[in-house]
Amino acid sequence: MKSRREFLKEAVTGAVLAGSAAAADKLALAGVVVQHAATGKSRVVIARDASLHGAGAQLDEQRVLNLLDKAMAAYTGLDKPVEAWKSVIPAKILAGGVIGLKVNGLGGRGISTHAALTLAVAERLQQAGVRAGNILVWERDARSLNACGMTVNTDPSHVRCYGNDVGGYEDEQVSWGSARIRLAKILTRECAMVINLPILKDHEMAGVTFSMKNMYGVVDRPYELHGNNCNPAVADVNCIPAVREKVWFTIGDAITSVYDGGPGFRPERLWYPNALVVGEDRVALDQTAWQMIERKRAEAGMPTLEAVGRAPKYIATAADATHRLGTNDPQRIRLVEV
Amino acid sequence: MRRFGPARWNVAIVALTIAAVTASVGCKKKAVDPFPASGAVAGWEKTGDTRVFDAKDLWRYIDGDAEQYLKAGVVSTSTSDYKYQGTLEALVDVYTMGDSAGARKILETGQTSDAKNVQVGDAGIAYEQSVIFRKGPYLVRIVAYEATPDTQQALIALAHGVEAKL
Repeated sequence: MKSRREFLKEAVTGAVLAGSAAAADKLALAGVVVQHAATGKSRVVIARDASLHGAGAQLDEQRVLNLLDKAMAAYTGLDKPVEAWKSVIPAKILAGGVIGLKVNGLGGRGISTHAALTLAVAERLQQAGVRAGNILVWERDARSLNACGMTVNTDPSHVRCYGNDVGGYEDEQVSWGSARIRLAKILTRECAMVINLPILKDHEMAGVTFSMKNMYGVVDRPYELHGNNCNPAVADVNCIPAVREKVWFTIGDAITSVYDGGPGFRPERLWYPNALVVGEDRVALDQTAWQMIERKRAEAGMPTLEAVGRAPKYIATAADATHRLGTNDPQRIRLVEV
Repeated sequence: MRRFGPARWNVAIVALTIAAVTASVGCKKKAVDPFPASGAVAGWEKTGDTRVFDAKDLWRYIDGDAEQYLKAGVVSTSTSDYKYQGTLEALVDVYTMGDSAGARKILETGQTSDAKNVQVGDAGIAYEQSVIFRKGPYLVRIVAYEATPDTQQALIALAHGVEAKL
């Protein structure tokens, strides 16, 4: 039997999505998804602010918060930030569930999810009613968190922040397709839902890393999942029920990016899109991210990712009839640029 | 009293031989410390501990980037943070490859038309915020987190400091 959330999501993407009814019921929400269902398309918002970086390339934190509000308003149709957040986060979770903020610090300093964005999301969540200790900023390890400008904190009276090196991994392996992995306990045991905060990057193996690829940070041995341009492994990992059901909202950091030579910090290929990319359909988000990278590469006179043998084929795989994680069809993506 | 017979002598000789060979190999493989100490290069301070990753653990450091280094025969990677004149932060990565061909492969693969050739090591290139060079089996990448008018020259100076220790 389909849950309410599955039913609504199906209306959004036109795809039939799998998932456990119990978990989906927990995530059931109405407002924003119903609005999108009316269009029959997956909504992806790109919000930009060309002045995000102030003098000396320093990020203006207030402008980041304002940009987040702008993105959320465009996504939900609600101008008041707190109301926008309440329309996205299920009431049960607002009241007492732990919300993970899965950042990405793999590329090291300079090309990791910006602390200004992470803290802006944490601030708005608290204003929407989430207790500080129920917000858990999370990555693979302390080093990756430090790269994101965060420091480890396990004190539940504040926003918590620690990695899988503290939380550990499940003993039991789970599998879906090619992926045979052990999941981070932060995902399986701590979080009621996860807000995905990836950073947009070119990727030596995957082609592009953004929403779905960020889930490599929730598994114990990500290096085993890089074969064949990470295809179908990225899609397979996202099909694992805990990932599919708990990680369904993305606020993508496209403030800074690398359009070639990623996923590490390559200052010679650094680029400032000054944008946030927001949505629920992880496939539509990655399809949009891919096009952003391709446009920048073309502008820089570089060959396409297809031409250099790194097209992110996992995106189409994620949309196929086996995975059904969302849509990569531009005709079924409603791109809103503000 | 127990007799220390020929069999035991043989065991002792074998053990001593193994110990001698191990010590010899150990000496040959003694790790190079490529990181200049604070003040060894004018204006530069070493601000972090040196971290070392064997090839099998390189994914812990650069994950998706690791594959190209593994294909080129990386043996180990060491890294440390630096700061120039108390403000400009930088990162030095030293990749020890199996041979010079591996280092050359990485340098040439990453090279783009806007790279400026610099005289460091066997071959080197510089961008506004980074310097990459190779020397024998070593591939060194130095990146700065900020672009200032002095960044490139400061990085090249640090690169020479690293080169001198390889």
